[in-house]
Amino acid sequence: MAKYLLLKHYRGAPAAVNDVPMDQWTPEEISAHVQYMHDFAARLEETGEFVFAHALAPEGTFVRYDGEGRPPVTDGPFAETKDLIAGGMVIDVDSYERAVELAGELSAAPGAGGKPIHEWLELRPFLTEPPTITE
Amino acid sequence: MDEALLRSLTPSVLGILVRRGVDFAAAEDAVQDALIEAVRVWPDAPPRDPKGWLVTVAWRRFLDATRADAARRRREGLLDEEPPPGPAPTVDDTLQLYFLCAHPSLTPSSAVALTLRAVGGLTTRQIAQAYLVPEATMAQRISRAKRTVSGVPFDRPGDVATVLRVLYLVFNEGYSGDVDLAAEAIRLTRQLAAAIDHPEVAGLLALILLHHARRATRTAPDGSLVPLAEQDRSRWDTASIAEGVEILQTALARDRLGEYQAQAAIAALHADAPTAEETDWVQIVEWYDELARLTDSPVVRLNRAVAVGEADGPRAGLAALAELQDTLPRHTAVAAYLHERDGDLTTAARLYAEAAHKAPNLAERDYLTRQAARLNARRGR
Repeated sequence: MAKYLLLKHYRGAPAAVNDVPMDQWTPEEISAHVQYMHDFAARLEETGEFVFAHALAPEGTFVRYDGEGRPPVTDGPFAETKDLIAGGMVIDVDSYERAVELAGELSAAPGAGGKPIHEWLELRPFLTEPPTITE
Repeated sequence: MDEALLRSLTPSVLGILVRRGVDFAAAEDAVQDALIEAVRVWPDAPPRDPKGWLVTVAWRRFLDATRADAARRRREGLLDEEPPPGPAPTVDDTLQLYFLCAHPSLTPSSAVALTLRAVGGLTTRQIAQAYLVPEATMAQRISRAKRTVSGVPFDRPGDVATVLRVLYLVFNEGYSGDVDLAAEAIRLTRQLAAAIDHPEVAGLLALILLHHARRATRTAPDGSLVPLAEQDRSRWDTASIAEGVEILQTALARDRLGEYQAQAAIAALHADAPTAEETDWVQIVEWYDELARLTDSPVVRLNRAVAVGEADGPRAGLAALAELQDTLPRHTAVAAYLHERDGDLTTAARLYAEAAHKAPNLAERDYLTRQAARLNARRGR
């Protein structure tokens, strides 16, 4: 089994096919979308492939060490193109192919007009511990 | 094994040890050892006096631990002067524990953790689960808190307000995992109210009982937020409401008003209305005026603006809102709501979407996004 992180982006990913902001959907479309995400996670829990999922607030800040005193905080060195992560889900699956399959399924969550959003999700494998070598 | 009994005895046993001069951290360890021993022994040999049993065992554990210490002789000399463990006194040591755990030198999160452990008798694992942090992290937080208060004299009277704040924090953490912190906060506040005669303690107890009575209706089965006006009032816990109102009335009759009593009065007015439309908003505004006078908190004045909007119309609410800084949490959401009531759906939809962007949790964000979507769907398409 290998762990993968599925990243959803507010900005920074290529535009989705069905790219309508959520507040322009109908309340029923929002409910259907939320339900799809719940069902997806619940199904992965049953298959034993779910590890963790969490949403993140849109506003983040960049912080760095800048000598003694309080570290400076800005809303980002590249505010225009800042990669904004909306949240993520960690899955633990048998193969890269399975991870791609699940990411594709998640990207098909329904959006405006009840049609799949086709949003781009970023798939990142977890680096693993080096194998224990027993002599 | 009666876990509730053990949990309720824990604080007084701990208190007795500390009163005898045992260092707080050492007393805590000794009591935990005694609890483990109780779990092992009691099913086969239930004691006649559970509290006395726990005190005796904890005291022995403390003696053992102390004897094993490097400074053995010096400490043994000290112990010789201690009175022998006699019958357990029924002094309200629990109260002292509350003050110690809610000591101003602790951060709120440490105070909460320590209170749940020492007064609530929860295990470190249970507290860690409730706060979704690893057990080792919570163990560190608690032991650092114990070190911080270990030098604090046990008999110095603490500040009731700090204790109440900690209990309210516990209540507001609500429910997660197998520990229901809201129920735990109610249990502890009841205990405190039994130990201390103070109108604000009664006020807090009334307040959390009234909030708790509505808890089941605050979210839909799918976890989404249900606003007060849309909650199914037939599912409110009427026994809890009646108890809260009675406690509040007794407290108010003593004419020593404080912020918890005022908040409880507002909660009682909401609980009292058979339908949302029949809510006595005029009286609620009056109570918010009292509350603003007592606390001078901008959040209170924000809530007051909502109440004014209901009592005197959305324009009056917006005027009250205009006097507040728009950086306040939920300011945008309130503005959106009042603009919608005023009929300005375009502004309301824009503000709902903006408020969703700033929402502090997922349920609230989904709710606000839905509000924006509802108005946009009504205007367009």
